[in-house]
Amino acid sequence: MKILPKLSLGPILTYWTRDQVFSFYESIAQTPIDIVYLGETVCSKRRLIHSNDWLQLAKMLTQNGKVVILSTLTLLEANSEIGSLQKICDVSEYMIEANDIAAVQMMSGNKPFVTGPAVNIYNSNTLSVLARAGLKRWTLPVELSRETLTILHQNRPEGVETEVFVFGRLPLAYSARCFTARANNLPKDDCQFRCLDYPDGLMLKTREEESFLILNGIQTQSAKTHNLIREVDDLINLGINVLRISPQSKHTEVIIDIFHNHLNGKITKNEATSMLQQYIMTDECDGYWHARAGMDMPIIDKQQDCSL
Amino acid sequence: MELICPAGNLPSLKAAVDNGANAVYMGFRDDTNARHFAGLNFDDKRAQQGIRYAHDHGAKVFVAINTYPQPSGWSRWQSSVDHAADLGVDALILADIGLMEYACKRWPNIRLHLSVQGSATSAEAINFYYQNFGIQRVVLPRVLSLKQVKQVVEKSPVPVEVFGFGSLCVMVEGRCILSSYVTGKSPNTFGACSPANAVSWSETPNGLETRLNNILIDRHSNDESAGYPTLCKGRFNVSGNTFYAIEEPTSLNTLELLPELQSLGVAAIKIEGRQRSPAYVTQVTKVWRAAIDACAQSPDNFQVQTNWLAELEKVSEGSQTTLGAYHRPWQ
Repeated sequence: MKILPKLSLGPILTYWTRDQVFSFYESIAQTPIDIVYLGETVCSKRRLIHSNDWLQLAKMLTQNGKVVILSTLTLLEANSEIGSLQKICDVSEYMIEANDIAAVQMMSGNKPFVTGPAVNIYNSNTLSVLARAGLKRWTLPVELSRETLTILHQNRPEGVETEVFVFGRLPLAYSARCFTARANNLPKDDCQFRCLDYPDGLMLKTREEESFLILNGIQTQSAKTHNLIREVDDLINLGINVLRISPQSKHTEVIIDIFHNHLNGKITKNEATSMLQQYIMTDECDGYWHARAGMDMPIIDKQQDCSL
Repeated sequence: MELICPAGNLPSLKAAVDNGANAVYMGFRDDTNARHFAGLNFDDKRAQQGIRYAHDHGAKVFVAINTYPQPSGWSRWQSSVDHAADLGVDALILADIGLMEYACKRWPNIRLHLSVQGSATSAEAINFYYQNFGIQRVVLPRVLSLKQVKQVVEKSPVPVEVFGFGSLCVMVEGRCILSSYVTGKSPNTFGACSPANAVSWSETPNGLETRLNNILIDRHSNDESAGYPTLCKGRFNVSGNTFYAIEEPTSLNTLELLPELQSLGVAAIKIEGRQRSPAYVTQVTKVWRAAIDACAQSPDNFQVQTNWLAELEKVSEGSQTTLGAYHRPWQ
């Protein structure tokens, strides 16, 4: 019998108030999620949650049976950011999610680590080099397809697990420039923390009103939600170890439940797919999985739809 | 400081060498390099001719194999590394960790540079490539302020190359997949951003529309000139305002920063534009050679000449230039 993948909750990518974050994780503690990534991965100016707060949340989640991983910043620019990164890497109780090679370097030979989707692992050679440095689990870069995943996973070094981003708006790019500040006519150095106004990011539309991208400070995301619920059986068969859900400001707990219930056979694929629809922001897409444009919508299998 | 110039084809390579480039960089005719455009780059014969020409005139040749191989294409990347080594080039510019390891083991004597696509923005990241593969130079992404470049240069185990001029990536290179989100092809996987086969132009009653895989990137009225629809340089609507929400169609130009870049110890200035014409390469190389020489001779009295700017303006994208991330207010 196949071992079922575990479910993980990625780091919160947008900026929320301290109260929002605490109450979010209190409710997450009650869900069947297995692994929780905690920490700021987008902007070092977001400091409403101090490192002690993250550790307090980590403790609470651990007490509730969750495995906690501390996530780190993706784009490192200032010396102070390197310093903060080093501090997180030095915390001994929890595994670290490296989102930049600087974090990999800090952990190399010292401590096992996980990589997030922004660390470019595109082939087996790269996976082997990072495994020698202490990699325990890698997350498939979101632009890679099922075909590439299959080969990398089958040939992975011993003791290395594979994680796939299965639900949420896709992280697509990082910049020195803050687009949220720019959209508000503010300089980055005086951004007034406008990201707090957009708990799911700021919508960018085309000139014909098509919802296209999400501005999240220095990060750009897809407006559509990447959704691999239809591929869960395939992911189980491939032996993927962890499926990652990305937090959104509302309904994350329900989304976790739907994935959990489908994984455990309590609801069918079609039931799970249809239950998820009302919680999807903008629209859904899954093109990357099929080696197409990331924004492409799922191709609906008519026959299966009839069996609903 | 060395001047590193783009060579998209043999005429451009000669133009760069003739006008004072210390080194040129080039790629092969496939997806193993980040300027994978139709009609561009070097086959075996042209590569040999180019390398001979450069070496005969005292210039070095770097080969960019700076995209990310997946298992299905691995052998193509491996062959490119072998091919470049056989040709006797002076350095390989690589981004992918797996490919670096291959190059380092198979060709232990070849000089490796970490490409801008490798996305290393700190001395710690650079150290990873230095300790594992012995890289001898790093090209920094266009996301650091001048102060941050200084900090990296001070702590980097290897000399640092920075971009001085040319088309500007707003996102950190090597970690931007906007292009594949829209078209299925990205710089990492395919060697091109907003690839030409996904572009369409159409005259409409509302103006000239440019689309990328059917997504409207911009709409131009009759009195506006329409640029190539690079997807981060279009006009979009955010909170009811239509504007260049990510970046204007503009070029990077750091001429005025030359004395600072020199004093903080930058080893080389890179000019973007392998996809541009030999005329562009001639113009830009000429101006930058003059500027770097003037700066080396007398950094305190260095002044950007108006004729330099006039020459560069003629070839700049959108005829505008910016200091980009080097200049904090841009961010």
